[in-house]
Amino acid sequence: MSLQQETKEATAVVRPAMKAIDSSVIRASSEVAHKNIFTVENVDFFYGEKRALKSINLAIGEKKSTAFIGPSGCGKTTLLRCLNRMNDLVLGTRVTGQIKLEGKNIYDPDLDVINLRRRVGMIFQKWNPFPKSIYENIIYGLRIVGINNRAYLDEVVEKSLHRAALWDEVKDNLHKSAADLSGGQQQRLCIARALAVEPEVLLMDEPCSALDPISTAKIEELIHELKDTFTIVIVTHNMQQAARVSDYTAFFYLGELIEFGETGKLFTAPEKRQTEDYITGRFG
Amino acid sequence: MTTKHTDKKYEEELTKLREEILYMGGLIEDQIQKAIKSLVDRDSDLAKIIIERDHEVNRLDVEIDELCIRLLALHQPAGIDLRLITTGLKITTDLERIGDMAVNICERALELNQEAQLKPYIDIPRMARISQRMIHESLDAFVREDTDLALKVCKDDANVDQLNAQIFRETITFMLEDAQTISRATKISSISKYLERIADHATNIAEMVIFMVKGKSIRHMKELPPSV
Repeated sequence: MSLQQETKEATAVVRPAMKAIDSSVIRASSEVAHKNIFTVENVDFFYGEKRALKSINLAIGEKKSTAFIGPSGCGKTTLLRCLNRMNDLVLGTRVTGQIKLEGKNIYDPDLDVINLRRRVGMIFQKWNPFPKSIYENIIYGLRIVGINNRAYLDEVVEKSLHRAALWDEVKDNLHKSAADLSGGQQQRLCIARALAVEPEVLLMDEPCSALDPISTAKIEELIHELKDTFTIVIVTHNMQQAARVSDYTAFFYLGELIEFGETGKLFTAPEKRQTEDYITGRFG
Repeated sequence: MTTKHTDKKYEEELTKLREEILYMGGLIEDQIQKAIKSLVDRDSDLAKIIIERDHEVNRLDVEIDELCIRLLALHQPAGIDLRLITTGLKITTDLERIGDMAVNICERALELNQEAQLKPYIDIPRMARISQRMIHESLDAFVREDTDLALKVCKDDANVDQLNAQIFRETITFMLEDAQTISRATKISSISKYLERIADHATNIAEMVIFMVKGKSIRHMKELPPSV
């Protein structure tokens, strides 16, 4: 066969394949257009007289990881805590505006807050396992709603620990006290406990700030894996961490949302001067 | 950039990075100017000095690289700082390549100076002036964060390309008319090509400046945007 013929035949094979690739790329990119799980509309938040959040508008994409950054007192944790009404527990506070979870305002009087907090779990800065065994910690949420089927609970424990990347480390000691685990393990246990009730959203308030770099790396890796199944909203003071784990980043300053956008863009070429100053360490 | 970093050491190192790039740029401009002078004045001694001085250019290239890597490793820069440092890394590579071109010009000058002059040099110094100005302006744009000036540099590249084509045609004519001129004509043609490459590197620098200031890339576009 001449070289020309060979080339011709090879092209005949490659061309349709290239076309198929092209169209699958186009399909994939259109599938990327995601829906929003949370929409925050004109939200103001007051601690007594102090206005801690000022007309916040933002949307949080489903199965995406969104980071809130900003200096202390900028309102990022306040907003995070609004997302599952944790601030209800703080006296003298009030919220105006609407926060919608899949279209339904979570501040509606008829909304079941317990159910909201099941759908929107939370991980805190300082891990807070119950003074119980690892196993009991994870199934606590299921127990209080009356689920006692042993086989089912076993399954949930294993699945949650796998998801929280803790299974291999504790599988032989499930009935040991949670307090015997290391800090990083306890934090992952808290994540496993939050996952056991199958939430849709995980709120993380500085989940790594009290952990060493290796435990931090484990949690960050976990966040990458979890966002395939859950929506993650993380508040962090560590900007490199926000850059590493999030798809979208919101920068807050003095209660205002200054900039919200794709993380890659926000950390290389932000639109606003205040964002630039903050991420480059120019805030005095 | 009016606001300073809260971290003074970091601020100092970023300032040092800018200064080193400018120092290297200044040195490079001088290298080209003197390389052309050694050709036009048939000054072989000067050509040797310029070749020797390339060590300094190489030293700066390594030094700036190290500074950039240290800044990246220690400060995990973001935003404008990240863009400055990555631009720094690329600009020095371009500057170092321009330095090599200056050496190449000197090497050809040394060879040409061994023979009788083929023709008076008119277009080559013109081309050199434009290329040199392009480097100067691209670095000026870098210091002043002036994207309009950077865009002008990108546009000027076409003039140098045109002169290069003209010199190429001219040297071909020499070679066609008289085979004795081939050796000299090809050297002149090479010098013209070096200057054309220098202008390309200046264009790269200008494009990086636009990226540094605006955070958007205009590289590899079929046509330059009217403004950025």
